[in-house]
Amino acid sequence: MSINNPYSDRRFVIAIIVIAVIVIYAVRLFYIQIINEEYKMTATNQAFRYMPDYPTRGNVFDRNGKRLVYNQSAFDLMVTPGQVKGIDTLAFCKVLNMDIVTFREKMKKAIYHGKRRPSIFEKELSVEQSSSIQEKLYMFPGFYFQQRTLRKYPMSVAAHLLGYVGEVPKEICDTSSYYIMGDDIGISGIEKSYEKELRGIRGTRIIMVDNLGREKGRYMNGALDTAAVAGKDMYTTLDLDMQIYAEELLKNKIGSIVAIEPSTGEILVFASSPTYDPNLLVGSVRSENFGKLGKDSLKPLYNRALSAPYPPGSTFKMLGALIGQQEKVITPASRYPCSFSVGSKSIHCHPHPSPADLSMSIQYSCNPYYCRLFINIVNKYSPTEKGYLNWKKHANSFGFGTKLGTDLAHELRGNIPSVEYYDRYHGKGRWKASSVYSLGIGQGEVGITPLQMANYCSIIANRGFYYTPHIAKKIEGGEVAAKYKEKKYTTVDPEHFAVVVDAMYLVVESGTGRGGKLPGIAYCGKTGTAQNPHGDDHSIYIAFAPKDNPKIALAVYIENGGFGAEWGVPITSLMVEKYLTGKISRPDVEKQMKEGVVLPKKVK
Amino acid sequence: MRERTTIFQGTDWVMVILYIVLVTIGWLNIYAAVYDESSPGITNITQEYGKQMIFILVALGIAVAIMIVEPNFYPAFSMFIYAFMLLALVAVYFLGTEIKGSRSWFRFGDFGLQPAEFAKFATALALAKFLSALNIRMTDMTTRLWSAFIFALPLGIILLQNETGTALVYLGFILVMYREGLSGNLLLLAFFVSLLAVLSLLYDPLSLLYACVVILLACYLVIRKTKKNLLKVSASLLVCGAIVFGVPFAFSKLHDYQQKRINVWLGKDRSSESKKDEYYNVHQSLVAIGSGGFTGKGYLEGTQTKYNYVPEQSTDFIFCTVGEEWGYIGTVILLSLYLALILRIIFVAERQRSTFSRIYGYCVASILFIHLTINIGMTIGFMPVIGIPLPFLSYGGSSMLSFTILLFIFIKLDSHRLEIFR
Repeated sequence: MSINNPYSDRRFVIAIIVIAVIVIYAVRLFYIQIINEEYKMTATNQAFRYMPDYPTRGNVFDRNGKRLVYNQSAFDLMVTPGQVKGIDTLAFCKVLNMDIVTFREKMKKAIYHGKRRPSIFEKELSVEQSSSIQEKLYMFPGFYFQQRTLRKYPMSVAAHLLGYVGEVPKEICDTSSYYIMGDDIGISGIEKSYEKELRGIRGTRIIMVDNLGREKGRYMNGALDTAAVAGKDMYTTLDLDMQIYAEELLKNKIGSIVAIEPSTGEILVFASSPTYDPNLLVGSVRSENFGKLGKDSLKPLYNRALSAPYPPGSTFKMLGALIGQQEKVITPASRYPCSFSVGSKSIHCHPHPSPADLSMSIQYSCNPYYCRLFINIVNKYSPTEKGYLNWKKHANSFGFGTKLGTDLAHELRGNIPSVEYYDRYHGKGRWKASSVYSLGIGQGEVGITPLQMANYCSIIANRGFYYTPHIAKKIEGGEVAAKYKEKKYTTVDPEHFAVVVDAMYLVVESGTGRGGKLPGIAYCGKTGTAQNPHGDDHSIYIAFAPKDNPKIALAVYIENGGFGAEWGVPITSLMVEKYLTGKISRPDVEKQMKEGVVLPKKVK
Repeated sequence: MRERTTIFQGTDWVMVILYIVLVTIGWLNIYAAVYDESSPGITNITQEYGKQMIFILVALGIAVAIMIVEPNFYPAFSMFIYAFMLLALVAVYFLGTEIKGSRSWFRFGDFGLQPAEFAKFATALALAKFLSALNIRMTDMTTRLWSAFIFALPLGIILLQNETGTALVYLGFILVMYREGLSGNLLLLAFFVSLLAVLSLLYDPLSLLYACVVILLACYLVIRKTKKNLLKVSASLLVCGAIVFGVPFAFSKLHDYQQKRINVWLGKDRSSESKKDEYYNVHQSLVAIGSGGFTGKGYLEGTQTKYNYVPEQSTDFIFCTVGEEWGYIGTVILLSLYLALILRIIFVAERQRSTFSRIYGYCVASILFIHLTINIGMTIGFMPVIGIPLPFLSYGGSSMLSFTILLFIFIKLDSHRLEIFR
């Protein structure tokens, strides 16, 4: 044996080398297969494709169940370029009614996006178009249809209120746990503020794909797929007929009309002019139309009812009257002479019996009265800052200079200037009530939106409180938030409202609002003229009707409309009459309002 | 001496069973790798698993034939077989069909034969014959040179055919020479040279050279400072210099795709533009194996395999199917089976009375070991992508046949071990 085996011990060396290599490999495999998670993830990402199953968006109705927004099916023609082999290009172009050049460009784009990934070849084909193409699709491998829904607005009104839907931007996808690229999302209006309820829940189909991107069937036969859950339908508080009427009255004018039901805070009308047909911002035509609308110098996309702050003008006087009584600075019998000046500036007024008491001051809209009143309110406390803040506190409780907390997206806070603001402007400790007296007559740095104005009107109608204005009446399978049922009281006691209400009634009976007097309907109103440094003054009118048990509170703004009486009053009277009686007794006035054109002399 | 009563008497059944188990595992995984849900029939000859079935049956037939033939046939005709294979290797260079840039196949219709595969056992036979002759001692320089020449010749021819992987396998014969007396220091030297060569591709040559100087100087300081040792140290330094500068130079002379494969292996190149890319291959291999987890995804349920993410998944990358579908359990079991086979071969080789049989046995073990190391190493990123089959598992007629012949000659020789007195 020894002749054969002088080196026989070397078998151990060789065996050890073999064992060592195998053990090292086993350790490496342990790392790859058990410790490292990355490979498993890559495998999943490659072999699985998560196909979205888009849910139908909830419909939107008015308070009486009439359709405001519904869905229409559309089909995107999709293509996976890697699978398009051997098709008759000419025949395909014929079926699609497309020319070869366009076809080639689209294919190029799809290939750039990824040969193995599906991308949109032709967007939003109608049901008819897609069904005629669908029959022939078998001849063109690599192409298939994906169903989408598009919003449709049957009455083409309430564009700003309803808002629009667009593609979810990348920034949101990156931070959201729900949204993925290709999803739709509400971008403004109700579509945005009720996005969560309206959108439903997207479903997923998990498809297996091979290395060429070809679909190989559903993973686990669809056991892990989730079905799409349709969005919830929403019933709004809007009155469609009144909204249509309001928009007709606002035609060719710049301004807004907001109407609230005082007993509930439900928004009945929400119109802003100029407006646009919401169907313009649907689907593939949206970006182009959005661009055009955005460039329009009259700014049709701007929701003036919600987001435009105006100085309230004389409509602010009721606030002064109420605060004055609450602070015991005045009583209904208090009178001030109809003259006022500070420094070299003197305040003018319309001719009326002087001095006016509280009721008359409202009825005849006496400016000097309220300048003096404001100063007296602020000077009740010393120093000025304290007195001003006290006044501001009251103003805030009326929903001015603060967000009301509605369910409309992009609500504006408006502006009641802060102490810091005046400190900066005038210098700390260097301003007094007389420096800012114009606030008393609703001029100056104060900004109130039409929504806030309508709400303010509601407060007066209710004699001291309001319900947060809201647009959602009922959501399928859910409740409207409890906060909308809460009474919100102002800082002024209810007993002080009576004189104001009566005065506003007299405004309509024989005051600046008498042009809107309606037979058989006792209602209250107040005109306002907001000063406009850039052109004609803005016409404002607020009103609630009837005087007792009011059913509607409105604010009507007409930019560049001059005195409140010119446009605001007649339009409001038409709205009131239509809402309370359903009929119009003065067709000539209606015709005049509908056809009226009020445009700014200086277009920015 | 016992009388032979059956042809199978004395057969080492451990090796036979391991062989059968491996071949079966191989067939099952080829089926899984090629599996197409729309045509699942087992006997489909147009599919690779159908063809592999044929190769297996043919191989089994040849195995039986080997068991029948006189064992002395092999030592007697070893040189002739060797010469014949060398001729075939040269002939294919002129007469063979060109596939993937190399002329290494004889094609007969749908099937092909690769001489390089068969040359392995022929070289083993020749080496065993040479080294088992009386008066041959590994301590003689001539012996060493001739031994090297025996396997260097086919290695060279195969290199010329651009089959670098197959050529590398022949380096395994160095292990055989080691067992037969080649100085272990040579093995260590070979190891360090390879290490330095790889490092020279990763790091700046001058810094490496400084490192070598420092290390050699340290060695010199601790050993006896004789003139001979000084010469040895200086010579080593020269060799280091040659490697450190020569290897990168040689590297640049390689084909582009070869350079890319090595760069990918070294981690220097991670770009991947197409599916045929070297990085993509290795990456997909790791993904497939890695995603198998502990228990694997289940037979026929491997997504990477089913959907063809791994290229060459029935041939060079067959291990990926095992890894993905059978998980860590599967890969460890497979590694253990191979380990068992190789260790068994070593054990059986050691109990041979005949030097020829023992040397041949070690050749078989070395060849299997090198294939294993390179093939599995490639799939897990430890080796650059070198295309050689995994013995008994990879799809392919030539490899199945040649490995079967390689192993069964040894099984036959071993079954006669008690009868031989040579």
